[in-house]
Amino acid sequence: MSGERYSVFGRELPIPAKVGQLGLIAIGIAFFLSVPSIFSSVDVSRMADGGVFILLALGLNIVVGYAGLLDLGYAAFFAIGAYTYAILASSHYNIHLAFWPLLLIAAIVAALFGVILGAPTLRLRGDYLAIVTLGFGEIVPRVVLNLEGVTGGVNGLSGLDQPKIPALGPFPALTFGYNPIPYYYTILGVIILSIIIIRNLQYSRLGRAWQAIREDELAAASMGINTVTTKLLAFAMGAAFSGFGGCFYASKLALVTPEAFTFVISVTILCMVVLGGMGNIAGVIVGAAAIYALTTYVLIQLPLWMTGISQATGFTLLNTIDFTQYNFIIFGLLLISFMLLRPQGLLPSRVRRAELKHGDIAGSMGAQPETVTGTSSSEDL
Amino acid sequence: MSSILAVEGVSKVFGGLRAVDNVSFEVEKGQVFTMIGPNGAGKTTLFNCLTGVYKPTTGNIVFNGRPIGGTPPHKVTNLGIARTFQNIRLFGYLPAVENVMVGRHCRMHAKLWDAMFRTPAARSEERKVRARAMELMEFVGVARYAEDLARNLPYGDQRRLEIARALASDPQLLLLDEPAAGLNPAEKADLGKLIHKIRDLGVTVFLIEHDMKVVMGISDQIVVLDHGAKIAEGVPAVVRADKQVIEAYLGKGAAA
Amino acid sequence: MHETLLVVAGINTDPAYFGEQLVLGISIGAIYALIALGYTMVYGIVELINFAHGDVFTVGAFFSFFCISLIGAGNFSGLMLIPLLLVVFLATMLFNGLLGATIERVAYRRLRNSPRLTPLITAVGMSFLLEGILYVIPGIGPNFKHYPDLLPTNSWTIAGVNVSAKGVFVVVVALVLMLMLQRFIQGTRLGKAMRATAQDRDAAQLMGVDIDRTIALTFFIGSALAGAGGIIYGLYYNSIYFTLGFRTGIVAFTAAVLGGIGNIAGAAIGGFMIGIVFSMASGYLSQQWSDVVIFSVLILVLVFKPTGLLGARVADKA
Repeated sequence: MSGERYSVFGRELPIPAKVGQLGLIAIGIAFFLSVPSIFSSVDVSRMADGGVFILLALGLNIVVGYAGLLDLGYAAFFAIGAYTYAILASSHYNIHLAFWPLLLIAAIVAALFGVILGAPTLRLRGDYLAIVTLGFGEIVPRVVLNLEGVTGGVNGLSGLDQPKIPALGPFPALTFGYNPIPYYYTILGVIILSIIIIRNLQYSRLGRAWQAIREDELAAASMGINTVTTKLLAFAMGAAFSGFGGCFYASKLALVTPEAFTFVISVTILCMVVLGGMGNIAGVIVGAAAIYALTTYVLIQLPLWMTGISQATGFTLLNTIDFTQYNFIIFGLLLISFMLLRPQGLLPSRVRRAELKHGDIAGSMGAQPETVTGTSSSEDL
Repeated sequence: MSSILAVEGVSKVFGGLRAVDNVSFEVEKGQVFTMIGPNGAGKTTLFNCLTGVYKPTTGNIVFNGRPIGGTPPHKVTNLGIARTFQNIRLFGYLPAVENVMVGRHCRMHAKLWDAMFRTPAARSEERKVRARAMELMEFVGVARYAEDLARNLPYGDQRRLEIARALASDPQLLLLDEPAAGLNPAEKADLGKLIHKIRDLGVTVFLIEHDMKVVMGISDQIVVLDHGAKIAEGVPAVVRADKQVIEAYLGKGAAA
Repeated sequence: MHETLLVVAGINTDPAYFGEQLVLGISIGAIYALIALGYTMVYGIVELINFAHGDVFTVGAFFSFFCISLIGAGNFSGLMLIPLLLVVFLATMLFNGLLGATIERVAYRRLRNSPRLTPLITAVGMSFLLEGILYVIPGIGPNFKHYPDLLPTNSWTIAGVNVSAKGVFVVVVALVLMLMLQRFIQGTRLGKAMRATAQDRDAAQLMGVDIDRTIALTFFIGSALAGAGGIIYGLYYNSIYFTLGFRTGIVAFTAAVLGGIGNIAGAAIGGFMIGIVFSMASGYLSQQWSDVVIFSVLILVLVFKPTGLLGARVADKA
């Protein structure tokens, strides 16, 4: 290990690998801690929102990237977490639980729903499971919409409580209010903690079991892995992350409506995982940040840039295209092109990196492991 | 000598097809026991019944005195039976050593909490398991590939790796499905030696094999299947001379 | 006694109402059946849930809409409708079929041997792409579009139940197309090739079947039928929108699974059954809950009887 040099995108630098990695992490953390002093309040708020999506992508990565289960209804757990907060921390039911325990409660509630949904369905083969999760993803917002008495129907629930940090010794109590900065730091802390936990999981007995299931479910079962409970665990963990994120999101927005939890959200998060690289933590974060930036900055700014370009070049046609409408097309093309050309995503997971190192051209061109998600293709006679 | 595995009147029927037809035999502890028979004789199907992939249509399977017919695969492994597959089923995109570590899954105790927070207990267990995996890889002769992706190993070494992975669960009974398929003569000889080494450890080895030289060279006891039914059983010398066996392989009239 | 309970519960006990929901259900079911056929045929032959199929249906609806506008719908009525509709059907089905075959060629063919997750994600992407394209085409956009009301609006009362000419039209067209499909699959060489490829691709190839072309043909036919479904949807409901395919697609897929995935007769029967379930749910519960009912049916069928009512027809080899 001491002989290995740190390499970035294939180029070696004259520093030991470990030092390089730690250095990068230190620089990163320093940067992110100082963000509120560099960027405007609006930007910080947006980054906090983006952080929620990063968290969601990390959670979906466990389900799709590690265990290999395609969940097309991930937004449902997001909704469950959000409405759990709305119901338990507002004047609608006069329940005012504190924010911090509610994060955990929302995660647990979402995980419970994950178990309820997953227990009967996780033994289905991959494509059927995908459709079932899609169905669930449609049922939840619809039920929320219909149970107007409980959930406020189409108008949702508003005026939710603001998080508070209770007074500690010399420090006065701090109410978050409409200040995005405490939200930003909270989500930053949560993301860092999540990265540590997920990375630990990846290199653990459980993480290996997930990856074994993803590679070859029958062989995994033959190794003594209880595939049903192991898959359920992945599914529930993913749901927990989503519920956690939903609770945070609800408290920041102080409002929940069924509109925010549609299939488009589920697919958006899937795009983040696919783009970044299924199974790769750093990749998923980059993918999430990229897509979030794309939808909140680029697509909004694009008309302005287009105006600028068209004025400079005389191509007035560019002026007329309204890029905010192109969400669907962009996501669609993204998913299709990545699956066809680079299914491993932007940042190769450690698996692919090893392949590229060994010059395994066929592997790096996107040939996938022969996953047997769901099929129990038994041997010939 | 006690029997470690007893197959009693086991049949497996798929629709109209009797893949395994009323087969009975016993495997003694510490033996190298081989099942042979022409292609399509039902050997792998029987293995699949033993390991819980299929539930036998009729009959009993008794392992160490305990009936296991219909027990799901992960529980069967827990009880002490491990296997390899006819078409190698390694976890191709995991490093070789991690393949073997997965094999040890059922003997490990780390739970979700340990995994999430890398508790001292988890870390110590990981170290031990990795060391054991390296030992096993040494034992079968593939230690030099530890960090390589399983799919990149040469074919013969992949077969050995699969055996190492199966041994990782400390099984009492090791099922090998055509371990010599695709190996050259030198590799086959090495395989024979490896199987004897495994037997010397106290593990009972039950294999399916086609190559007669390998079979005759290493087996203590042989059972012959044809069209799902048992047609002969005994020590190699006896089976080799059995008329029905010769006919099954070479066709009628060859035994004359 | 039980009648009073039902009345108290707010459930309509009028048998004529039941009959009407039934009739409505059969009409809706005809549309779902046509779409379900595409799902089931494709799944039977390549084991892929063609997520984009619902959107191909929507394309059919809009394409026919533009066709009718081009020809000038208002100018036709009565018997003159027949050649108009024939032309629209032919044009739409041809266009849709080509669209489906192109999608297969461009997006799915390369992934035939990939693990199932990959083509499924691609199909989701294709669905989004189609919806996105529909959205930005000038003249479509996010709003509901009024589809010309060309069919006669007569209705008759049979056994106290209201039956509309529109409903009859829809069912007749669907049945005719299904019969034609049946003839094709059973009676022609190409149809036989499709069945063989669905059962055992390698064996079919060894017998000289051109697999690529057979699969392309399957997508073509399925998409053409969906296109027809789009037309009759438009003529029946007189309103279409760009995400129509999403919901309709899932319902139709539910129908395909209900009947037995890969099983063509199953898709037809499943379609009608789902239509009736949907209609009953809308009629007796409410419009809002009918979706939940359908999705629940989907989950229940997949969990308890994934092979469907008539039994699935999927290749034994993975």
